[in-house]
Amino acid sequence: MELKLTDYRTEVHVNWCPGCGDYGILSSIQQALFELKLDPSNVAIFSGIGCSAKTPHYINAYGVHTLHGRALPYAIGAKLANPELTVLVILGDGDGLGIGAGHFVNAGRRNVDLTVILYDNGVYGLTKGQASPTLKLGLKTKSLPKPNINQAINPILLAFASGYTFIARGYAYDVPYLKYLIKEAINHKGSALVHVLQPCPVYNDINTKEWYTPRLYKLEQEGYECIITNETTEEEYLRKISLMIQKANEWGNRIPLGIFYRDLRYTTYEERIEARIPSYRLNPPAKQKISDPFGKPITYIDKILEEFLI
Amino acid sequence: MNNRGISWLIGGAQGTGIERGASIFFTAIAMAGYYVFGKREYHSNIMGEHSYYYVRFDSKPVYSHIEKYNILASYDAETIFRHSLEGLPGSAIIYDTGYLNVKTKDVPTLDKRVREDIHGRFNNNFVSISDIIEEAKSYGIKSFPINYKEILNKVALKTGEKLSELTRMNNVIAVSASLAILKFDLAILKKAIDRVFKGRKVVVELNSLVAEETYEMVNSLGYINEFNIKISPIENKSKRLLINGNQAIALGKLVGGCRFQTYYPITPATDESAYLEEHEILDVENYDPVKSEREILKGAGSIVVVETEDEIAAITMALGASLAGARASTSTSGPGFSLMVEGLGFAGMNEIPVVITHYQRGGPSTGMPTRTEQGDLRFVLHASHGEFPRIVIASGDISECFYDAIRCFNYAEKYQLPVIHLVDRFLAHSVETIEPFDIKSVRIDRGIIFDENDLKKLKEGGEKYKRFIFNSTGISPRIFLGTKNAVFWITGDEHDELGHITEDPVIRDKMMEKRMKKIEIAEREIPLEEKVNHFFPSYNSDLTIVSWGSTKGVILDLIDELSKEGYKIEFLQIRLMSPFPSNYVEKVLFNKKWICVENNYSGQLAGLIREKTGLKPNNLIVKYNGRPISLDEIYIAVKSILEGKSSYKVVLRGGA
Repeated sequence: MELKLTDYRTEVHVNWCPGCGDYGILSSIQQALFELKLDPSNVAIFSGIGCSAKTPHYINAYGVHTLHGRALPYAIGAKLANPELTVLVILGDGDGLGIGAGHFVNAGRRNVDLTVILYDNGVYGLTKGQASPTLKLGLKTKSLPKPNINQAINPILLAFASGYTFIARGYAYDVPYLKYLIKEAINHKGSALVHVLQPCPVYNDINTKEWYTPRLYKLEQEGYECIITNETTEEEYLRKISLMIQKANEWGNRIPLGIFYRDLRYTTYEERIEARIPSYRLNPPAKQKISDPFGKPITYIDKILEEFLI
Repeated sequence: MNNRGISWLIGGAQGTGIERGASIFFTAIAMAGYYVFGKREYHSNIMGEHSYYYVRFDSKPVYSHIEKYNILASYDAETIFRHSLEGLPGSAIIYDTGYLNVKTKDVPTLDKRVREDIHGRFNNNFVSISDIIEEAKSYGIKSFPINYKEILNKVALKTGEKLSELTRMNNVIAVSASLAILKFDLAILKKAIDRVFKGRKVVVELNSLVAEETYEMVNSLGYINEFNIKISPIENKSKRLLINGNQAIALGKLVGGCRFQTYYPITPATDESAYLEEHEILDVENYDPVKSEREILKGAGSIVVVETEDEIAAITMALGASLAGARASTSTSGPGFSLMVEGLGFAGMNEIPVVITHYQRGGPSTGMPTRTEQGDLRFVLHASHGEFPRIVIASGDISECFYDAIRCFNYAEKYQLPVIHLVDRFLAHSVETIEPFDIKSVRIDRGIIFDENDLKKLKEGGEKYKRFIFNSTGISPRIFLGTKNAVFWITGDEHDELGHITEDPVIRDKMMEKRMKKIEIAEREIPLEEKVNHFFPSYNSDLTIVSWGSTKGVILDLIDELSKEGYKIEFLQIRLMSPFPSNYVEKVLFNKKWICVENNYSGQLAGLIREKTGLKPNNLIVKYNGRPISLDEIYIAVKSILEGKSSYKVVLRGGA
C-alpha cells in the first residue's frame, strides 16, 4: 500500500504557540519521512524535554519522549539493540546543549547511524524564556531581567569537535530546504546533526523572522562544499576545515545555511561492533531468541563454566 | 583441623600480586577437595597501599571469614606490622628475613593510627620487624623466617632470568611456603599455578620452579615438623565452581538472556561488565522441535556491552535497548545509582523492563569505594520523585547472585517495571566453592508480548494498538520499537492509553492505579521461596535472627557453631525487599525473641520491618566500618544476647 503524507501525521492536537518555528520543522520531518518512503513502524523518534520534545507525539512513527537532555542515550540504546531502525533524535538548544551537553558530545565519539535535529531558538520557551546555551553574550531577550551573562555555544563547531560526521544548518521557515537537509542527514551513514535556526515569537524578540530573513543565505550558492574522505590530502583537509570554521563562525549581516561538513572516513559504531561480533547484524540484541519453546534458556555457557569448575 | 577450619592471610602492597597469590592458594586448596571462602580487602588505590586477602577452608562448606589466621603469609614489612597479632594460638608467620631490620618509620603507607598503636605497645617509636616477631612469639605465634632472595637467586641461576625480574614472584614464595609447612602436595600446587596462569608455559614453568625451590628451602630448614597442621587431599565425587559474585551475576545475565549491558566505570560493579564484554560472543543451543534434538550454534548469540559517558546515559541507554526488545541491564554502585534515579522514574512511568544491578559500597558520597556496606536499602526502595512500582531483590550468597540475576529479568518483563538487584562489595569480590549451577531448573518468562500477527488481527478488527491499554491486571501487552503494523508513543509525562500526554484527572487516577496494581499482582504471584529463605523454622527457638544480603553466610556459620552448643536458632533471610513479604515476616516474628543483623548504621531492614509489621527487634547488631561481619565477632555478640548480657544495639568493629 502506497504511503501518503497524512500517514505520518497523528490526531494529537498540536499545542505550540501560533507562529512557532516548530511547525515548520515538524512539516519538514514529516515530508522527509514521506519522500524517503520510510515505513512509520520502522522509524523511532526520540526527544528530550521542552517545546521541541513534543514533536514525536505529532508524528505517526514510534515516538519516545524522554527526559530532559537524555534523548541521545535512549536513541543510541535502541539503535544498537536494533540497527535496522531509522532513528531521529529531536533536541532543543537547552535540552541538547545545556543539560544534555555531555550526551551530545559523547554521541559524536560513537558515530552511531542516527540523525539529530537541534531546534535552536536561543531560549527555554516552556519555562518562559530563560537564556539558553546558544543565546549570544549581552543579548537581552524579552523575559530576561538582565542581559545574558554567558557566551554562546556554537553548535556547528561543538558537533565538529565531538566527531559528528555530517553537520548541516537549516531554517524553520524554509521547509523545502530543511526537508532536503533532513533527508540528506537520514541518508548519511553515521551521526548527523541538523542545526535548525528558529524564532520563538513569544520569548525571543531579537532573533525574529524579520531579523533572520535578510541575513540567511545558502552555502552551496557560493560553491561551498566540504567533504572529507580517505583520499583527502592533509593540505586539502586543512584548507576545507579552515573554511568550514570560518563559515560556522559567520553570524552577523550574513548567516549561512546548508551542509557545513561531511566526513566519510569513519566507520559507524554498529560497524565497529560487527567487527568484534560477526553475528551482530544478522542477530542483533533486540532480535535474539533467548529461550526455547519450553522457556528454557538457550545460552550455552558450559564452555565458559570450565574456567570455574574445580 | 580445628572447628573453624584453617584461616590463611596474605598481605602486601597493592599491585604486587596479592590477588594472584591468593588465587594460587585457594585454587590449590579447592583442587585438593576442600571448600574455600576468600575475602579481599584493598584501598582505593592502584599501587602501593596495603592490601590483603583472607582465605578460610574446611572439609565442610565455609561461608564466612574469621579475623584470625592460622598462617600469615607475608612478603613485605607492612603486612607483619599490621596483622601480626591476629594469629590464633600455635599459628605461623611466614616472612622474608630481608625485612627484619625494617622499622615502622620506613613504611610510609602505615597510617598514623596503626603506627601509634604499635609504638604504644612497645612504648618506643622505633619498632622493627624483629621486635614484632619477638612480640608475636610471646603470644605463642611461631615464626618461619625465609630468605626470599636466596630462593630467587637459585631460580635465577637455573633459568638465567634477571633477579630484578624475579622479585615479582615473592607472592608465590609466600604461598608456596604456606603450603609447604602444611605438608601440602607440591604436584597439586603446580596444577593450581598452571590453572591460574591459564597454561602460559613460560610463566607457569618459572612460577613452578619458585614453588619447588621454596618447598626445598622449607624442607631444609626443618619447618615441616614445626607446624602441626597437615592438609591432605580429600576425595571429591563431583566438581564444584570456584567463583566470585561479580562473575556469578555476569553468568546469570548471560543465561537469563541479557543482551545489552551498559556501565560507567565504578568500583565494585565494573568487573561484572568487563567480564561480560570479554564473553560478548555467545554460543546458543538450537532446539529442533521436529527431530527434538539440540545442537550448539557457535557464536550465534551476543551481548553488546557499552561503556557510557555517565550513569545517566547508562540507564537511559539500557532503557532504549529494552524498548527495542532486548533484555537490558546496567550495573553500578551507590554514586552511580544516585545519577540513575531520573531514569529509574522514567522506567516506572513508562513500564519499561530494566534490571539495575546495584553493588553497595561504603557511603555516603564517595564514601569508601573499595569497602563493603548494606547502606542503600532505603535508598533503592524510595529513589525517585513520585510513586511507581519497583521490585527489589537482595541476594545472600554467590549462588543466589546467579539465580536472582536471571529472575530479575523475568520480573522486569513480566510486570513491566524496573528491578533492582541489590548486592554489595563483599559479595562481588568474595570467592567461594559452590555447587554447580542447575541451569536446567531455570525458566525464562518474557511476559505478554504482541507479535506482528496479534497486531494484524487488532488492525483487522478496526482497533489500534494501545501501549498502555487498561485491563484487569494493569499489565498491557508490549511491542518493541520496529514491530510492523503498529507504532506507540511513550512520555515521561502522565499519558493516556496511547501514550500521549494528558493532565486529565480521571485518566491520571486510572493510569496511576493501573501501574500500582502490578506490584500487588507481583506480590501475589511471586512464590514464597523467592521472597525469603527461612532456615530452621521453629516455634520454640531460643532466638530468631533476621537479616538480608551478604550477611547470610556468616549467620549460617554462626548457627552451625551455636547449635553444637545446644542453642536453637531460627534464621529468616529476607530476599524480596519490594514488594515486601509483610504477612509472612509478621507471622514468623510475632511473639518471638528476634534480632536484626545488618552491615549498616541504622538497621534499615529493622526499620522496614517496623514500618510494614509494627514489630521491633529485641536487639540490633550493626557494623558500618566498611568491613564485612566476621564469624568470631558475631559469635561474641550473639552469645552475649543469648545470655541476656547485651544492650539493644551492638556495634561490631572488627577488621583491619
